[in-house]
Amino acid sequence: MHATKSYQISFVLILIALILAGVLNISSGSVFIPFWDIVSALFGDTLKEESWQYIIWNYRVPKAFTSILVGGGLSLSGLLMQTLFRNPLAGPFVLGISSGASLGAALLLMGVSMLSGWTSFTLFSDISLAIAASVGSFLVLLVVLMVAQRVKDTMALLIIGLMFGSITSAIVSVLAYFSTAENLQRFIFWSFGSVGNLSSQQVVLLFGIVVLGTVLSIASIKPLNAYLLGEHYAQSLGVSLKKSKIVIIVATGLLAGGVTAFAGPIAFIGLAVPHLTRQIFDTMEHRILIPAVFLYGAILMLLCDTVAQLPNSAHLLPINAITSLVGAPVVIWLLVRKRKMLF
Amino acid sequence: MEVPNEHTISVKELSVGYDTLSVAKNINFTVKSGELCAIVGVNGIGKSTLLRTLGKLQPRLKGTIFIKGEKLETYSPIQLSRALSVVLTELPASKNLTVQELIALGRQPYTNWLGNLTVADKKLVQQSLDSFLLTELRDRKCHELSDGQMQRVLIARAMAQDTSVILLDEPTTHLDLYHKVQILKLLQNLAHHQQKTILFTTHEIDLAIQLCDKILILDGTENPFGNPCELIDQKHFERLFPPEMVVFDAKTGAFKVNK
Repeated sequence: MHATKSYQISFVLILIALILAGVLNISSGSVFIPFWDIVSALFGDTLKEESWQYIIWNYRVPKAFTSILVGGGLSLSGLLMQTLFRNPLAGPFVLGISSGASLGAALLLMGVSMLSGWTSFTLFSDISLAIAASVGSFLVLLVVLMVAQRVKDTMALLIIGLMFGSITSAIVSVLAYFSTAENLQRFIFWSFGSVGNLSSQQVVLLFGIVVLGTVLSIASIKPLNAYLLGEHYAQSLGVSLKKSKIVIIVATGLLAGGVTAFAGPIAFIGLAVPHLTRQIFDTMEHRILIPAVFLYGAILMLLCDTVAQLPNSAHLLPINAITSLVGAPVVIWLLVRKRKMLF
Repeated sequence: MEVPNEHTISVKELSVGYDTLSVAKNINFTVKSGELCAIVGVNGIGKSTLLRTLGKLQPRLKGTIFIKGEKLETYSPIQLSRALSVVLTELPASKNLTVQELIALGRQPYTNWLGNLTVADKKLVQQSLDSFLLTELRDRKCHELSDGQMQRVLIARAMAQDTSVILLDEPTTHLDLYHKVQILKLLQNLAHHQQKTILFTTHEIDLAIQLCDKILILDGTENPFGNPCELIDQKHFERLFPPEMVVFDAKTGAFKVNK
C-alpha cells in the first residue's frame, strides 16, 4: 500500500480547513458578532457582551460540533456502504436508509397520534423520535443487505432503494392526510434537516453513537480493504464474511441511523463525500480513507450549515436543500467527467 | 520451505456440485509440491466448481480433500489463507486499486489488525512485482490495465500470499496466444523454482500437454489423472470431444478439426 507518509501534508491541510470552516460557521448567524470577539471567546476569554458569550457557547459551538458529527458520520457511513455493496452509488440516501428513518419518524409523529387520538405532540420526547428513526433505518439496511445477498446486480439494489423512498413518501402522504396540523408540521421540520435544534443531552448521545460507529469502522479496516477485491477473494484472505459484515452493518446503521434520527434525512453528503475525498486522497486504502472521509464530510457540513444561516439574517434555510444543491451537481460532475464512477 | 515431493494437495472420492445436484463425482488425484497441474474438460463438466470446492469457497458434497496432509475442513479461515490462495475469473470489485495496492492485499493473512506491512511483507510484494514483470506498472490503476496485465497482477497477488498451493480458474481466457504462453510459463516457473503446487482450469489442452507436469481430465466418469504422456498413450484425449468434430493427433499432441 501507499506509504502513509505521503498523505501527511494532505491531512495537515484538511485539519486546518476544518478549523477554518468551524470558526467561519461559529462566526455566522442571525446576530452579528465581530470575528475577533469570536476567536477570543473560543480561546476562553470572557466577552464584554454577555449575550454574545451565551450565543457562542450555548448555541453556536454545539451546532458546529453537531455539524461535524453529522457530516463526518454520514460520510463515513457512505464509504462503508460503497465498499460493502461494492457500488459507487451507494449511500444512506440512495439505498433508502434515510427513507427508513423518515418512515420511523413519520409513524411515530403522525401514525401513533392518529391511531390513539392523541393530539399533544409533547408526549413524544426527542429520544423516542431518535429511536423510531434509528429502528426504521436499521430495518431498511437489513432488507437491503438481504436483497444484496440474493441479487448480485448492483442496479437492482439502487432501484430497491428508490422503491423504499417511494413507499415511504406514499405512507407519509397518507399519514399526513389524517394527521393534525401540529404533528404534520413537526414531521416536516424534522424532514428539512437541522443541526441546530439539538439539546446538549442529544449532542452527547449523538457523539456517543458516532464514536461507536467510527470505532467499529476502524476495527473493520482490514476486511474493508479485502472487500475491495470481492467477497470470494476476501474469504480466501481469511476474512470471516459473516462476522465482518455484521460489524460493518452495525457501524453503518449506527452512523446513518443515529445522525438521521437527530438531524433529519440529510441528502447527498453520504454519497458525494467519499468520491470528493478520493479526488484528493488518491487511494482505496481504508486506513487513509476513513479519517479523510470523516474530516472532509465534517468540513462540507460546516460550510453547508454556514450557507443555510444566510449570514446576518434571521432566516434559516433547510439544510437538506443546501446539501442537495451542493451534492447533486457533484455527483453529476463526477459521472460526466469520469464517465463511470469508480470506487 | 516445503520438503520436495510432499503430497501438497490430495483428493479422494470427491463429489462437487450444488446442494443435491452433483456436477462432477469420483475425482481422485494427488499433486506434489513443485508440480503444475491443469484441469481440463468440456464446458459445464465442473472444472470451476471443483476449483472453488478445493478452495473452500463452496462446500463439497462427498469425499475428502487433504491440503498438506490435513483435511480441508480442519483449517480455520486464517490458517487456510496461509496455505492456499486463489485466482478467480471474477475481476476485483474495485477498479481503482493500484497494481501495488492490489498485490499488497495478498499479505493480509500475515499483517496486524490494521494491515500494516512489515519490511518482510514489502520485500515479498516487490518480489511478486518483479517475478510477474509488473515493476513498471506498480502505480497503474486496475482499470488502466490490459487483460493480460490484469491476469499477471492477480497471479502476483496470489504469489504474495505465499501459500504452498495456488488455485487458478481459467487464467488464460481472453488472452492471445503469446500472453497465454507467457502466463503458463510464469506459472511453470513459480511451481518449479519455488516448489509451489499449482492447479489451474483451462481449455488450452495442447498448451497444457506441453507445459504441465500433471493433467486431470474431467470426463464425467473416470476422470483420468496423470502426466501428459501417460494420458496420451492411454488415448484419453481422443475421448474428450466427439470424434466426428474434433480429432486428437497423438504425435503432435494437438487437436484438429475433422474435415
